[in-house]
Amino acid sequence: MPSKSLPMFPQAAKAALDNSQLRRNLGKATTTIRTKRASVVSELPDWEDLRAAGSAIKAHVMRHLDEYLLQLEAAVQRAGGQVHWARDAAEANRIITGIVRGTGADHVVKVKSLTTDEIHLNKALAAAGIRAIETDLAELIIQLAGETSSHILVPAIHKNRSEIRDLFRRTIAKGEDLTDNPQQLAAAARRYLREQFLSAQVAVSGANFAIAETGTICVVESEGNGRMCLTLPQTLITVMGIEKVLPTFQDFAVFLQLLPRSSTGERMNPYTSLWTGVTPGDGPQTFHLVLLDNGRTNVLADEVGRQALHCIRCSACLNICPVYSRTGGHAYGSVYPGPIGAILTPQLVGVKQAKTLPYASTLCGACYEVCPVKINIPEVLLHLRGEVTRGTSPLNPEALAMRELAHIFANPKRYEQAQGLARHGQGLFMHGGVIDHLPGMLGSWTTARDLAPVPRQSFRDWWRERQKGDQV
Amino acid sequence: MRVALFITCFNDTLFPNVGIATTHLLERLGHTVDFPEAQTCCGQMHFNTGYQRETIPLVRHFVEVFGTAEAIVAPSASCVGMVRDLYSKAAALSADTALVEAVDQLIPRVYELSEFLVKRLGVTDVGAYYPHRVTYHPTCHSLRVLHLGDAPLQLLRAVKGIELVELPNARECCGFGGTFAIKNVDTSLAMLSDKMRCVLDTNAEVLCSADTSCLLHIGGGLHRQRAGVATMHLAEILANTESEAA
Repeated sequence: MPSKSLPMFPQAAKAALDNSQLRRNLGKATTTIRTKRASVVSELPDWEDLRAAGSAIKAHVMRHLDEYLLQLEAAVQRAGGQVHWARDAAEANRIITGIVRGTGADHVVKVKSLTTDEIHLNKALAAAGIRAIETDLAELIIQLAGETSSHILVPAIHKNRSEIRDLFRRTIAKGEDLTDNPQQLAAAARRYLREQFLSAQVAVSGANFAIAETGTICVVESEGNGRMCLTLPQTLITVMGIEKVLPTFQDFAVFLQLLPRSSTGERMNPYTSLWTGVTPGDGPQTFHLVLLDNGRTNVLADEVGRQALHCIRCSACLNICPVYSRTGGHAYGSVYPGPIGAILTPQLVGVKQAKTLPYASTLCGACYEVCPVKINIPEVLLHLRGEVTRGTSPLNPEALAMRELAHIFANPKRYEQAQGLARHGQGLFMHGGVIDHLPGMLGSWTTARDLAPVPRQSFRDWWRERQKGDQV
Repeated sequence: MRVALFITCFNDTLFPNVGIATTHLLERLGHTVDFPEAQTCCGQMHFNTGYQRETIPLVRHFVEVFGTAEAIVAPSASCVGMVRDLYSKAAALSADTALVEAVDQLIPRVYELSEFLVKRLGVTDVGAYYPHRVTYHPTCHSLRVLHLGDAPLQLLRAVKGIELVELPNARECCGFGGTFAIKNVDTSLAMLSDKMRCVLDTNAEVLCSADTSCLLHIGGGLHRQRAGVATMHLAEILANTESEAA
């Protein structure tokens, strides 16, 4: 990820909120997936036990990450694979570019992978003269459009089918008589992709899980295009964040129950591909595993924040989030949007570079409730907000106001004086008995919300009068 | 029972009627209400905005004010949520073991009003009368921090004369979120407009909730649109009887 500052969330969100097509698509898609998820989750009487198990396994892995990674490396090597360690995005891109160059290939086919987006692999490959072809339909659409993903699971959620028809006519289906019929669009993409699968010598994938005891890597998907990439080319390169390792196949069974239900709202996803190193005469004959840090060990060092590494990228928190389901992913300025992005991105790129993200939440807690591995997202948001304010100048107007208020509230006398001041000062902003226009930072409140004036008598005034026997 | 009223600074200043209603209601049910006058603010706004160290003196003050009270009751799910969910974290930040212990001892005695009535006292019919069409918005803190479940609805269902209508998509946040409503005003308003649409779809006269902070936001939006829907805290409805208005 770049170390420069990300766009400010409130401004980016404002632009997205004005896009009626986006609002409609997002609202519809997130509601549909959310409902499906709730229905398949309610089928499992032991769902809460599964969540607890998932959370416990991840916490255990994080405590022993060094051991499991070494175990994974040894197992992959035993099975005929090669393992590379990448400290950051640049190192990972160098390794991958080097491997592709070594094969002589001028293009690669890609399985949908957030990790490769995180390191901007396609750009690095392009700079080396290698074309990366996304094969997940939605990823292909946004690649052809020159855009970035707006949802972890459904990256092209912001586009409608007529936009996709026009895009295909300009790119992969030039001169074809295409309507916006989804079947026709899918067929056009299939024709294009089949050619790519059959001609590619190299595939690049991410990984959902890696099992340390056997060296087995797992990718789950819906379309089968990933399976094509994982089986047809001679060389397979998998880039995986170091947090994705699991100790055993038994642990894996827990996550295979948690992920599809949380993610697509399915009992089981259509394609689950597992491979262990290389198998002579079957599938890729060369396998490279690139283990990526890129800020993860820093996250691991933070006792509260490290739970963000438990994430299995299901996107349940995005779909339930009242903020995300209105703004969409682009407002978050990162590969990882939504509630999980709001806690993961600032930790990966540094809180200073993403200081509006921990505030991109009402702390409603819906994300925590649905998270299959029980990441306490509100807790981490608050933790990161603390980091933001500690890094802010003490002369910042908000910091000054907050510290002054804390000083006032710590003393009953000062508190009551402030109450009186508010009561007397409000006359300036009242029109017809209502406050409809406030100055400065508070002006945001009155852009669309009236405010009833502070009543003449506070509760404590009433109480005192009553104690005196004046009132019942 | 002797109940110490934790009014919250928000209700004390902006919604005194909620405190008056809570007092009348508890007294009507035979309890003695104390109001420790030295109480100020629980520090929620500070803690949630990231000024966590600044809340430590407020936590200390709260513990001093409410120290030995048998039951501390507040007509606010979010302020009780602050105490229950975050006071131990604030105390831990202070590295003052006496404060940590005092907070641990205090937390089990702090209740949100409907929680106190339904879960602690086992009361659902408080003898209230309120002949209006009402819809109830369960706030995020009452749902997902305090896990009040349907305690407030049990109380409302027992109110005589009330016409209680279900709020569509009730569990979704209204967009208030404390300083979120200011920092992320556009997103807050997008959420508010959907919440208002759901409220208006019910044709209710009154929107009820366990948090006046969320009501300030939703009610402020409804008033700006001249929607003609009143907002009312749960305590105000429950305090109302056939012989006396709250």
